[in-house]
Amino acid sequence: MKNYVGRDIPDYLLVNGKEVYQGKNYMDGKYMKKASPCTRRYEKPQESKIVETLADALKLCGAKSGMTFSFHHHLRDGDFVVNMVMKAAIEELGLDDLTIAATSLGAAHDPVAEYIEQGKVVGIQTSGIRGRIGEVVSKGLLKTPAIVRSHGGRPRAIEGGEVHIDIAFVAAPTSDCVGNCRGIGGKSNCGSLGYAMTDAKYADHVVVVTDCLVDFPNMPASVEAIDVDAVVVVDSIGNPKKIASAAARISQNPRDLMMAENVAKVIAATPYFKEGFSFQTGVGGPSLAANLFLEKYMDERSIRMGWAIGGICGPMVEMLKKGKVGKVIDVQDFDLDAVNSINQTPNHFEMSASQYANPANKGAFVNKLDFVVLAALEIDTGFNVNVLTGSDGVLRGAPGGHPDTAAGSKCCIIVTPLIRGRMATVCEHVVTVTTPGDCVDVLVTDYGIAVNPLRLDLIECLDKAGIPHVSIESLKEKAYSLVGRPDDLQWEDKVVAILEARDGTILDVVRKIKPFTLE
Amino acid sequence: MIPRPKPERFRLRRTMIFMSAQKPGLIKDAYIYGVDSIMLDLEDAVAENQKDAARFSLYHALKTIDYGDTEVIVRINGLDTPHWQEDIRVCVAGGADGIRIAKCESAQDVKTVEAAVEAAEKEFGVEVGRTLLMAALESPKGILNAYEICSASDRMFGVAISGGDFRKCMQTKPTPDGIDMVVARGQMLIAARAAGVQCFDTVFTNLDDMAGYEAEVRQNKAMGFDGKSLINPKQIRLVHEIFAPTEKEILQAEKIVRAYREQSAAGVGVFTVDGKMIDIAFIPGAERTLKLARACGLWEGDLV
Repeated sequence: MKNYVGRDIPDYLLVNGKEVYQGKNYMDGKYMKKASPCTRRYEKPQESKIVETLADALKLCGAKSGMTFSFHHHLRDGDFVVNMVMKAAIEELGLDDLTIAATSLGAAHDPVAEYIEQGKVVGIQTSGIRGRIGEVVSKGLLKTPAIVRSHGGRPRAIEGGEVHIDIAFVAAPTSDCVGNCRGIGGKSNCGSLGYAMTDAKYADHVVVVTDCLVDFPNMPASVEAIDVDAVVVVDSIGNPKKIASAAARISQNPRDLMMAENVAKVIAATPYFKEGFSFQTGVGGPSLAANLFLEKYMDERSIRMGWAIGGICGPMVEMLKKGKVGKVIDVQDFDLDAVNSINQTPNHFEMSASQYANPANKGAFVNKLDFVVLAALEIDTGFNVNVLTGSDGVLRGAPGGHPDTAAGSKCCIIVTPLIRGRMATVCEHVVTVTTPGDCVDVLVTDYGIAVNPLRLDLIECLDKAGIPHVSIESLKEKAYSLVGRPDDLQWEDKVVAILEARDGTILDVVRKIKPFTLE
Repeated sequence: MIPRPKPERFRLRRTMIFMSAQKPGLIKDAYIYGVDSIMLDLEDAVAENQKDAARFSLYHALKTIDYGDTEVIVRINGLDTPHWQEDIRVCVAGGADGIRIAKCESAQDVKTVEAAVEAAEKEFGVEVGRTLLMAALESPKGILNAYEICSASDRMFGVAISGGDFRKCMQTKPTPDGIDMVVARGQMLIAARAAGVQCFDTVFTNLDDMAGYEAEVRQNKAMGFDGKSLINPKQIRLVHEIFAPTEKEILQAEKIVRAYREQSAAGVGVFTVDGKMIDIAFIPGAERTLKLARACGLWEGDLV
């Protein structure tokens, strides 16, 4: 069945009430029944929940084959915890038929690909999929299609019972002996633990894995002991060098700077750019550099940013400290400046992924967002964005909060170079739709700006401000004129991944790629 | 094949950015930054053993990339090298708008290049006279001969001083107030104006010193330069801002041109605007202000 963005969704996936994507806000006003976990009572006073090994913790939580384990990705490419847990479960306890429900998976988790090849891991649910895992899933080696959800879609699915987590693992930079966790104070600091919060509340069992045990009580706790079954102390939960970069530096690349400047120009031309506006930006070159130019416009008009959300890094913390932004609230920290600031700098707060972006709760931050600046691997003439699959059709990306912020914000700006190497970024049809075009408002490229024709109001704003803009079709043609028009990818029928829209409908599927042969 | 319109000898040239012709990644779309002219470099930015490769990439860039309204000039190697003749053939065959003569010291240098350009135009079936010329003055001798250089050919649209080489010859270093080059800049400007060609200042090489850069650009504008040579896209905007006429200047120019048209139609040669005497001598300046204002996107009228 074709959905709202023209993608053909196989009927056999449309069971148990699953629907295809119908456009944004389709689920608005509908009711949902929240799931409740089955948790163990710890009535008898306990001195400590520390157990010797991960295997002991798994046994304590009744781990068995067929279960779903959840993980969060605050340790990013430095994470050791996913691999340690899966190794203990599969190699020590001999479990199989396991599903991993993670907030993101990357190159750090390459060893898991082997468990997929062996058929021990049969399901993957994630908001990001890169590295070897992406490759083996694309080859169709997973028993069931992977399910890819946005950062807001994931807590929606958990709270609504579509994903039931048997055991949630919290990688904690610090914990006390009963499981109060924080993202700071240890040797593998990551700042916010926002992605782990919903998991801890909705999982049947919660295991904290830490490499820095601190005195009780570890306060203020991001994940609280009231939800924790066991604490395991290991030598190291991750490689600090890969957890948080030293400091996110603003790009000096003239192309990035030019695009960033145009992003700021567009923002300053809209009516939402006024005292107290709200903002989120990514950490990619031009997205992050937009901060710099935006500050200039804020100074010129003597206005302050009310609040900023997102994954956060140094430049935004800097603005908070200078008093240019009122509050910063984040689910994740990308560099040490942000890690060292969260819950320390006044008005720098932590939030859960649900509070950040869940479309089914009653007050996600993204819904109050004025502007979001996002990157794209590809964007097509329907303004549909792909941030998941590469030009070869292989899973190698992460929707993350992209679809949530795009849908919630009043003005969603995509910033990307027109071409990357020999690939056209602006194209006829994206490989996979990860953010639907009805949520995307403006495209800023190095070859020009295009506004979604759905946003006549923004077109008028740009015209009034004298900002030149062109049709997205002309940008696509320009891109193809430079690098040529690629042949369509060749797919087999088998679906290897289902891409859920944030509201739980099916936005797209990724099929198994046919091996490429030269004729 | 991208046919380029016939180059205009006199056009807006506030900014002229150097890009090594050897780097396809740079030259494939150097126009996107909104610079007035691109200076594709075959000279100092290209290593001695890469000259030929650079010529190939230059030729294919000229033939396949639509640079639109952006002027495309090529800096060729000096007349004391074995490269300049082949450089000229490539520029003309590719259809470059103009050629910058490096280390130009005399009218004869211009004439030597002009002859080679004309021969190449005939060889490749390009309209004779199409390819424009400009000269880079890089030595005391070049500065002393500025006037004869500026007036050596109808193809000449301007001269630029090249600070690095010139300072070397003069045994000076850049100074914050520009005293080290003030005489040379002044002499070149006078010669260019006397010959009726444009005049461009040298590059500012310290990309981190934006305050020093701004001071130099302001001095360039005050001295009467038409534009500046640049090395990085981030330098473009400031020149365009500083060289743009102010709102007051635009309004005044509009008033003068309008009043002049009305008065001269009524047979009056001299009159006053806002208490100031105006006659025909003020008109070219006012018209230039309006043209510049339009080019800068600050004025949309149709008086000029």
